[in-house]
Amino acid sequence: MNYGIPMQYFLILAAIMFFAGVYGFLTRRNLITILMSVELILNSVNINFLTFNRYLFPHKMEGMFFSLFVIAVAASEAAVAIAIIINIYRRFATINVEDVDEMKY
Amino acid sequence: MINFGYTFWILLIPFVMFVLLGLYGHKLKPKLSGLLGTAGLAIITILSYITAFKYFFTSEKVDGAYQKIIAFNHVWLQFTDKLHIDIGMLLDPISVMMLIVVSTVSFMVHIYSIGYMKGERGFERFFSFLSLFSFAMLGLVVATNIFQMYIFWELVGVSSYLLIGFYYEKPSAVRAAKKAFIVTRFADLGFLIGILILSFNTKTFDFVSLTDPNGISLMQGSRTAFLGLSVMTWSMIFVFMGGVGKSAMFPFHIWLPDAMEGPTPVSALIHAATMVVAGVYLVARMFPIYVFSAPLALDIVAYVGGFSSLFAAIIACTQTDIKRVLAYSTMSQIGYMMLALGVSKYGGHEGLGYMASMFHLFTHAFFKALLFLGSGAIIHAVHSNFMDDMGGLRKYLPITHITFLVACLSISGIPPFAGFFSKDEILAAAFEHNRFLFFVEWAVAGITAFYMFRIYFGIFWGKEREYHHTPHEAPATMTIPLIVLAIGAAFAGFLPFHDLITSDGKPFATSLDLAIAIPSVLVGILGIAVAWVMYKKESLLPDKLAATFKYSYKWAYNKFYIDEVYLFITKKIIFRFISYPIAWFDRHVVDGTMNMIANVTQNMSFRIREFQSGQLQKYAFAFVTGAITLAILFMYLWK
Repeated sequence: MNYGIPMQYFLILAAIMFFAGVYGFLTRRNLITILMSVELILNSVNINFLTFNRYLFPHKMEGMFFSLFVIAVAASEAAVAIAIIINIYRRFATINVEDVDEMKY
Repeated sequence: MINFGYTFWILLIPFVMFVLLGLYGHKLKPKLSGLLGTAGLAIITILSYITAFKYFFTSEKVDGAYQKIIAFNHVWLQFTDKLHIDIGMLLDPISVMMLIVVSTVSFMVHIYSIGYMKGERGFERFFSFLSLFSFAMLGLVVATNIFQMYIFWELVGVSSYLLIGFYYEKPSAVRAAKKAFIVTRFADLGFLIGILILSFNTKTFDFVSLTDPNGISLMQGSRTAFLGLSVMTWSMIFVFMGGVGKSAMFPFHIWLPDAMEGPTPVSALIHAATMVVAGVYLVARMFPIYVFSAPLALDIVAYVGGFSSLFAAIIACTQTDIKRVLAYSTMSQIGYMMLALGVSKYGGHEGLGYMASMFHLFTHAFFKALLFLGSGAIIHAVHSNFMDDMGGLRKYLPITHITFLVACLSISGIPPFAGFFSKDEILAAAFEHNRFLFFVEWAVAGITAFYMFRIYFGIFWGKEREYHHTPHEAPATMTIPLIVLAIGAAFAGFLPFHDLITSDGKPFATSLDLAIAIPSVLVGILGIAVAWVMYKKESLLPDKLAATFKYSYKWAYNKFYIDEVYLFITKKIIFRFISYPIAWFDRHVVDGTMNMIANVTQNMSFRIREFQSGQLQKYAFAFVTGAITLAILFMYLWK
């Protein structure tokens, strides 16, 4: 089957997105940005699911459904995370992750 | 066969009272808790008298001898078929007699305490401890086996400790309580060793089979020897050691005078009438073993008793605290009982000493409890223990005066008071079997009369002192027990003990031997006369005498420095050469190892706790790095 675009292109895209997400997660100080990085990671995984589904098992739908689930979970996770961030902001008057280090030692 | 099953209640009631008053006493009004405890004791007293009546007058005899009756027996701890520890009730002449003594004196002391302890803090605690003591003492006397006796033996020790330390805010009381507990506990170690040796060789704990004169258990173990003495002798010596501790015989007597720190009713109940005679009771209980298997141990009993009675009587002459005089007098009288047991043989008239000892135990309980309760009434009136603060009290305390006089006459062996009869039997028994001890005891009888009348004249006659307020007679709750006990102290001597309580359970005939009775009465009167001359009026004679025999007086006044000897042995020798090195080892080696482990752990954790920084991204970084490392490892290494 030839769809014009070879499979590894999608995988390379997903890998780049994934590591961009990890990099952002580790280096950004703003909680909102960290949340965005997490979304990047999740979406790179989605791309992987869809790619493998389409190229390797074109007659099956599991990958599609799984990525739908991931999207749903990501949405709820975003809602919860933003609620947490708002609470952190009320408590510490900042959303800088380095200042939120009460849970130490 | 008469059913004695109800005697179970004699043990159960005081125990229930103890738990009830101990747990809920503070919620009740003090008076109510006092009355509850007294009511419990009243029931026990009635039950004891019924039991005694039924036992002595209606129970079956075999060959004219009273039988040992097991009222009930419950196997408590079963280890193997043969090795089991029972809890039960054994009724025989001496245990029934002790039931009467313990319940009567305890009942009187309960009534007395309602008046004496009125308004004290911890009133209900006091009654709860008294109930505990009554329970323990009753359990001790009716024990069916030697292990049950040991358990209750320790329980009376605990209740004695609790009651001596009743005023636990006073450091001296705390010290006295500790001393009493440690000294008797040390002696009880001997008792335990004795029990173990004895039971190992006879394969039984049970008193009935242990003390059956025809039984085989007496013969076993008498052959094998250690250091020239048979195993049986050794075990009985060790058992006697427990009795020495509990009965305050030399050399374990040092706790008894200090135990007078406790409230006076406690001194009367525990340290005069009941608990301290437990040692005598123990020897009497094991008497057949002593006679048939360990005659040497019985000689030791006799000489320890004789020496203690002389020793204590001499010290009693010099003490000024009336309760201490009475404490030494108790020790001296218990010495008499031990001696009587020691010179006794088994069966019929040969067993006169056994009967005399139990007789003296019985009468002594009355007159000594009376003396203590009387001294309590005096202390209540003048707020001091010391004879120097007393004098001329006969006008203010008429009832106490008369009852105290009865008790003094009784202990001095003046007929027809109770003490005369029992002491006369003891002297007769000693005269038959050991002349030397007879003369010692004869002399002690005189000394006893002297020191008792020394305090009697000192308190009730002599010069009146400056009192804070006019001394007043005690309330009725205190005087009624005095009167009841005075009746006992006066007339208990007419009980036909030789028909009821004998070494083999069979009655035998005794007669008053005038050759012994007359000298013993004379020496008693002599003692009283000397006291009369010296202390009736204020005179310089006692001081002069003390100055003449300066050194011997000083020795006796300081109790022959036995306490100091103990202190020297414990502090200078045992502590320095054994305890301190052990403490050092414990502190530096045992504790040191543990502390080292703890320190290393703590230092380590201080170092590594920095990882727990609270920085979310550091954790995430560690996680990602780890995940990647693992992934690489799996990819390249896992082929």
